[in-house]
Amino acid sequence: MDKMPKWADVILTPLISLILAMGISALVILAIGESPWEALKTMVQGALGSSYGWGFTLYYATNFIFTGLAVMVAYHASLFNIGGEGQAAMGGLGVALVLLYLPLPHWGLALPAAMIGAAAFGAAWAFIPAILQAKRGSHIVITTIMFNFIAAATLNYVLVNLLRPVGSMDPATARFPASTNLPSLTDMAAAIGITWGRNTPANITFLVAVLACFLIWVLIWRTRLGYQIRALGRSEPGAVYAGISPVRITVIAMLISGGLAGLMAINNVMGEAERLVLNAVEGAGFIGIAVALMGRNHPLGILLAALLFGFLYQGGGELALWTSIPRELIVVIQALVILFTGALDNMVRMPLERLFLTMKRTSRGAVK
Amino acid sequence: MTTASDMLGGRSDTAAPAAIELRGISKAFGAVQANRDISLSVPRGTIHGIIGENGAGKSTLMSILYGFYKPDAGQILVGGQPISISDSQTAIRAGIGMVFQHFKLVQNFTVLENIILGVEDGALLRPSLSKARGVLKQLAAEYQLNVDPDEVVENLSVGHQQRVEILKALYRQADILILDEPTGVLTPAEADHLFRILKGLRDEGKTIILITHKLREIMEITDNVSVMRRGEMVASVRTAETSPEQLAELMVGRKVLLSVDKQPARPQAPVLEVRGLTMVDIDGVERLRGIDLDIRAGEILGIAGVSGNGQTQLLEILGGYPEKGAKVSGDVQLNGAPLPLSGRGCDAGQRRRDGVGHIPEDRQVEGLIMDFTAWENVAFGWHDAPEFNKGWLMDNDAIRRDAQAKMERFDVRPRDCHLAARNFSGGNQQKIVVAREIERNPDLLLIGQPTRGVDIGAIEFIHKQIVALRDAGKAILLVSVELDEILALSDRVAVMFDGRIMGERLPGQTTTGELGLLMAGITDTQNTPAEAGIPPETTHDMPEGRA
Repeated sequence: MDKMPKWADVILTPLISLILAMGISALVILAIGESPWEALKTMVQGALGSSYGWGFTLYYATNFIFTGLAVMVAYHASLFNIGGEGQAAMGGLGVALVLLYLPLPHWGLALPAAMIGAAAFGAAWAFIPAILQAKRGSHIVITTIMFNFIAAATLNYVLVNLLRPVGSMDPATARFPASTNLPSLTDMAAAIGITWGRNTPANITFLVAVLACFLIWVLIWRTRLGYQIRALGRSEPGAVYAGISPVRITVIAMLISGGLAGLMAINNVMGEAERLVLNAVEGAGFIGIAVALMGRNHPLGILLAALLFGFLYQGGGELALWTSIPRELIVVIQALVILFTGALDNMVRMPLERLFLTMKRTSRGAVK
Repeated sequence: MTTASDMLGGRSDTAAPAAIELRGISKAFGAVQANRDISLSVPRGTIHGIIGENGAGKSTLMSILYGFYKPDAGQILVGGQPISISDSQTAIRAGIGMVFQHFKLVQNFTVLENIILGVEDGALLRPSLSKARGVLKQLAAEYQLNVDPDEVVENLSVGHQQRVEILKALYRQADILILDEPTGVLTPAEADHLFRILKGLRDEGKTIILITHKLREIMEITDNVSVMRRGEMVASVRTAETSPEQLAELMVGRKVLLSVDKQPARPQAPVLEVRGLTMVDIDGVERLRGIDLDIRAGEILGIAGVSGNGQTQLLEILGGYPEKGAKVSGDVQLNGAPLPLSGRGCDAGQRRRDGVGHIPEDRQVEGLIMDFTAWENVAFGWHDAPEFNKGWLMDNDAIRRDAQAKMERFDVRPRDCHLAARNFSGGNQQKIVVAREIERNPDLLLIGQPTRGVDIGAIEFIHKQIVALRDAGKAILLVSVELDEILALSDRVAVMFDGRIMGERLPGQTTTGELGLLMAGITDTQNTPAEAGIPPETTHDMPEGRA
């Protein structure tokens, strides 16, 4: 069995998919009478042309890294966790409770405490679908998506009835104590004498996310637990033969997955909003599925894919601001990217594989 | 092989056009040349055997004949007329019928409904059904193909289901019948009946192509035989003019030892003692009904039987992972210490630490993770072993070194531990599993179907390793549906039927006929092992008879 070289698999395939998606997006933009070239320029300028744009791109990317990693860990155990949205929302609740009710004098203390709160709430929200899947065989896709709705309704109730400050009309918590505010990337750059960005939401959580990518790579490919997760994901009867408990590993993988999704709240709730508002996740849980798919369920791929989707988010926002292209069209463009890089992956991959095979055969035939 | 058609004569007139003829068929999948310039001529009214190791290209060739694959080059002639078989419908119209190894029947349809499936004569079923009923009656009378037309297929035995497949082909007016490994799931008696049917069909002028890897069947029933090796047709000969040894040599490309070379066993202290092992599965079906077994150090106990009579459940329970929801009772002792059959201690990992190795029945589903590399598979099941771990992390370098050494010692090819398991041939995959389990030096080794889908060369090697482990004083439980393998390797043979041990025999003092009767659930009282000289505590004939 010959396969195509690894670089073609991990770089060329998504790149071609991306170009195809961009080509069709260009046609759509042409069809509504705008210039695709101008649109692209606006997007690149808005998302990557300034440190301000980069600040937003990195902020969005941070969200997507966490939700992408969440999907990835579950995927390796052959579980499709589409509950990232709800798990991230519950993570936000965890962050809010920790920061509002624990006296934390400095962000250096507040960050680990809030991370524990976020991960614990996210993991707890994933635990019920996990145990239902492991013990009762209730399909995790169904249960996690139902838990998204339950999370949204629960949060609504908690914000309106329990956490809303007396007299406020806004269904949101009070601001977190100023001592717990995370340093932004702008502050951190300034500390080492670099002027970078201004008023951007990107904060230290981006570095936490990059660190998480590395740790998850170690977990999946270097530890015994990762080995067991991957074995269970590839063959459940095999795992049973090898003495790996499907119930235990299913639950653990989902706890890690939910914890990662929950950790996203460090970025959007603690780092950016500095209070918990309604709908704080804004669909990042679902974008994580596309990010994991495009990133080939590898942390490095997820990092790159998250940056791309961060760019699309920020660039899309700019597009709506500066051109007459409606905001809905940005969703169309994002959908096309998801469609081509995720769902239609084989459309590009299979012809490419054939191409490499013929190339290989002709070169080998020459030797024979 | 342009001379094939001249060389081979059937029972009918050799001057008539061959029933089916292939000229220069080639087919490649990617870089793999599955069939290379195959030529074959099968005279009308003959049984033609096609024999070859796994991966020799037999199934590809038959799939081309049935229209599943399009050949890259070459020509197919049916009855002297060149035709292009683009799909199975064309093949059926050309009079080709196929009986697959895995039956393609609708389990909850009746026999009649299955037979007319796809060839109904109109929107209403009744006319087709009554027509089929008539045809079926006639076929049954002509060829001993008796099946109750109104029985639901899932209630039929495997042998009868196979008859339904043959009837399906005949109902579609097949003149050429292709059977792919037809006896793999049959008892010897059922296989004999099948052969009688096939001979009857041949005598009526039908042409039969029989694909198999069992030399005995080829010798027994075919008129001519073609041998495939690595995608090429290396020989076509009259069966009467060849011998099993010659065919084996042609298949492998070198001389092969067909029998296993072993000394008499020197059994010592008992290692495994099983008493009254019973298992009821989640649906309330009793799968094991009071199994008693003993295996001593330094002996191989073979379990013969048609698959599905409880062998899988026995292996799984001893291996520490009974089916989900199953109720297991009885007493199992390993080296005098009781093995837990349920609850906390009943765990495949714990069994390994207790000294039970296990080569599972299906290496592709259980024994290996096909997407894992060879080195990752060498740690499979042993991933907790201290030498494979370094604190929190797995010591991948140590695993790779161990894998490379094992592949060296067991001659796994290609010798590349970074290759995914699915990229090895069946024999080399099995060698990885065998190396992993045997080199742990277990006190008791459970073996299920050690050579299923394994080529002859690797079979020879694996058999040697099993015998060597026995000679090192280990106890071995061998389950196989290949009676020849059981007889060649075992020191004692127990026959399983319907969750019971029907009797025990010594391989040198029994016949396949006798074992076949036991496999079919027919007990007799003669020739008990006690009379054959085995200590009485190891005999487990079931005097109480069948329910």
